[in-house]
Amino acid sequence: MDSVLSWIGGGFVVAGVALSLLGAIGVLRFPDFYTRIHAASITDTGGASLVLLGLCLIAGLTLTTLKLVFVWVFVMLTTPVAANALANAAFSSGHKPRIGTFQIVRTDERRKTPRGPDAP
Amino acid sequence: MTYLPGLILALAAFWFALSGETAPLFLMLGALSVLLTLWLVARLKIIDRDASPYHHAPNILVYGGWLLVEIVKANLAVIRRILGPTHAIDPVMVNVTTTARTNLGKALFANSITLTPGTVTVDVDGDRLKVHALVRETSTAQSFAPMDRKAASAADGRKS
Repeated sequence: MDSVLSWIGGGFVVAGVALSLLGAIGVLRFPDFYTRIHAASITDTGGASLVLLGLCLIAGLTLTTLKLVFVWVFVMLTTPVAANALANAAFSSGHKPRIGTFQIVRTDERRKTPRGPDAP
Repeated sequence: MTYLPGLILALAAFWFALSGETAPLFLMLGALSVLLTLWLVARLKIIDRDASPYHHAPNILVYGGWLLVEIVKANLAVIRRILGPTHAIDPVMVNVTTTARTNLGKALFANSITLTPGTVTVDVDGDRLKVHALVRETSTAQSFAPMDRKAASAADGRKS
């Protein structure tokens, strides 16, 4: 029974790592600072939650699990404050977001396109 | 002063959950750290206010469960945008008005928006929030209304 839970927990940890990787890919693909915050919040919420849930399943019903729950609660309380502070600092210092529809193109192609007046 | 026993109990329980020690020396050190925290809280004069939102705790727990579902849905939506070459992104700045009256309610609503992938609160001014969203069609000013109603009633103690 314990080893089954460990394997399920391991699966959750791997899934969380995959979500964190997706967040990193999003940070590279998205065009400007504000959209990149959205990609990074995948790592903050989905990635961290799945890793901690997996570790809870591996630890079982112990004090360690309770501590992991505390870690999760504090991560969920502090990451939006940090993201908020970053976005607010960028906006109040006059960094304009790029507004409007655009397809995500490959990074090297994006560098070649000329920047419009709304570019940061 | 009515909040003081609750605060002592919460601090002691939190200390024991983190340490798990029962030896007299450790219990004494734990009591000392609880006293030190109480002294700091008393110096800040916040024992009666935001330091002890216990009466909101059940409502906020229910709200947290609802928010978790929203976070999962938003995670999937943003992941589709990250991976898919067919999904264009459409960033937009939305002005959202909150019905929350207390600072706790406004903070809960603003942080819920930021915690949900795809939307970030950029600025809070009175009851107006400036929100940067990744996708225009799913982030109109009305689409934040359910979250605002639930956050406000959870934190301010009003019925939705």
